[in-house]
Amino acid sequence: MSDQERDDAPLAPSAALTSLESAQTSMEDVAVYQDPAAVAMLTATADSVTGTVDSSAGTIRRENVRLLLRSPTFLIGAAILLWWIVCAVFGKAIAPYNPVTGSLTAFNEAPSGAHWFGTDSLGRDVLSRVIVGARDILVVAPLATLLGTALGTTIGLLQGYFRGRVDSFSGRIVDAVLALPIVIVAFLFVVPLGSSDPILIIIIGLVFGLLISRTVRTAVLQEQDLDYVAAARLRDESNAHIMFVEILPNVTGPILVEFTVRLGYAIFTVATLSFLGFGIQPPTPDWGADISNSYQYLAAGYWWETLFPALAIASLVVAINLIADSIEAVVIQ
Amino acid sequence: MAQYILKRLGLALLTLVLLSLIIFFAGSVLPSNPGRLILGPFASQQAVVALNHHLGVDRPLITQYWSWVTGVVHGNLGTSSQYNLPVSSLLLPALGRSLKLALVAFVIVVPVSILGGVLAALYRGRFVDRSISITGLSLTSVPEFVSGVVLIVIFAIGLKWFPVSATPPPGTSPLGQLHYLILPAIPLVFVLFGYIARMARAGTLEALDSDYVRTAVLKGLPNRVVIWRHVLRNSLLPTITVIATQTGYLIGGLVVVETLFNYPGLGRLIVTAANNKDFKMLEAGVLVIGIVYLVATLIADILYTVLNPRIRYEQAE
Repeated sequence: MSDQERDDAPLAPSAALTSLESAQTSMEDVAVYQDPAAVAMLTATADSVTGTVDSSAGTIRRENVRLLLRSPTFLIGAAILLWWIVCAVFGKAIAPYNPVTGSLTAFNEAPSGAHWFGTDSLGRDVLSRVIVGARDILVVAPLATLLGTALGTTIGLLQGYFRGRVDSFSGRIVDAVLALPIVIVAFLFVVPLGSSDPILIIIIGLVFGLLISRTVRTAVLQEQDLDYVAAARLRDESNAHIMFVEILPNVTGPILVEFTVRLGYAIFTVATLSFLGFGIQPPTPDWGADISNSYQYLAAGYWWETLFPALAIASLVVAINLIADSIEAVVIQ
Repeated sequence: MAQYILKRLGLALLTLVLLSLIIFFAGSVLPSNPGRLILGPFASQQAVVALNHHLGVDRPLITQYWSWVTGVVHGNLGTSSQYNLPVSSLLLPALGRSLKLALVAFVIVVPVSILGGVLAALYRGRFVDRSISITGLSLTSVPEFVSGVVLIVIFAIGLKWFPVSATPPPGTSPLGQLHYLILPAIPLVFVLFGYIARMARAGTLEALDSDYVRTAVLKGLPNRVVIWRHVLRNSLLPTITVIATQTGYLIGGLVVVETLFNYPGLGRLIVTAANNKDFKMLEAGVLVIGIVYLVATLIADILYTVLNPRIRYEQAE
């Protein structure tokens, strides 16, 4: 939350930074043997330097994928995520009952053979609602994270590449937004705008864009001084070309890590907003909203209406964090 | 060093001004017609216009922002539209109750997570390390209301060790009040544990790999002395910064926990304000959260400077 949310930024990027630094050191070793005046030679070696960078820690490679497939934490996380994706896509077909219309006789029934997870206060089957409830959150959270990553990458590239005033001004705004937990920022904007899936995606995407731009900026600053960038400048490439064709491929590692980590936060945020009544709106089955509607019956002993959606959220966020953690470990090392 | 602190203070003030603009934008610019939002679609246009005039939202935006900011500086946070009372008269007692809950969480989480992080570092790569890291990562990522629900089901309903609500009946002794606050504090502890433990682990690992620790080990100091005197002192420095930044987020997490446990603190006040479109209250509540965060990071910065001799000497030169 964190969002922390709290913000985890000091941890992941610093790790990414270390790896980039080590990549840079090896680069400097190469640069020592070059005559800075010889433009042609510089360009030629810069190309070979680009090759070195490509094989370094910053990028995604096939052997990394192989490493991931051997990591048990990744496989467990991926299996759980896959299950919820299946639920999101085929939910209505898998669910044993209609998740929206309830039975007129079976209110607040404890788990039984007919209703594995029991029924809620409106007589709806909790298992069916948990299965179908995977859908909206698995649409909103990934789209918001994608938007945030695209935006954050662009802002970060601009900040890191142009530095100067653009950089320090936008940095201050990011600081101000960071002074609030993500959930609070999203809450602050959802309240006046009203909640709907597109608004949730845009607001969370914008906030994440600011957060992700920080990491991308740091990574770009590291690349900025490398010879391949200087070579591209000497070749008279346009700024856009240098940013998106030269630098971007070399910072995909940290961006991928940011995407997976933020995806966990997006789910955290959407679920929390739904719980507070400002996220995914009823009657759409949603875990956070279902908990919000049923937790007042906890004291009466109807625990199943709240516990099962809670376990669903927990399993999904933990799965994504296991995936994020193993991707980070592979990309950084 | 005074110069450094002044610079940090200036930056914090600048951030605060930007933050107030963002909050004002969300709370006063985006809601185009607060009177209509409060009164609903069936109220007469006349009543809406009258309420908007009463709330002062028909004035130019710059006037509104200026009167809000000067009011805040003078301790006047505006009038709550739902209670028709000064916002500060409701906000301050609620903030006090929130800080009480946050303090309980804090007192639990700091020693537990530092211990966890240091243990993980000492058993690097082994089972203890893996399980502490994975547990921390998982707990951190689970929203507070989710772990809160699981805790209520187990410890309040199943085992009946703790009450379901966080609000004690009036006249409860301080120790009795504490009993009501422990269960709501745990979800906050869960979320913070991962961050602080991870930082403590990283700091300890760095210290363990350092030359001075190798020297200490090679000169034959017992392990306990090496860890207490050489490792911990250096490893906990970065942890302090993380603890302080997380304090701000702790206050944010209260929004959820207070709603779940029905505790009348700042967080629940903000949620109630949001439900009733009480924008002045919402703005003030969020601003207070931001201020708490900025003050906490400022204190962390200063503490770090005071405790870290390297920075201290650099400044002196």
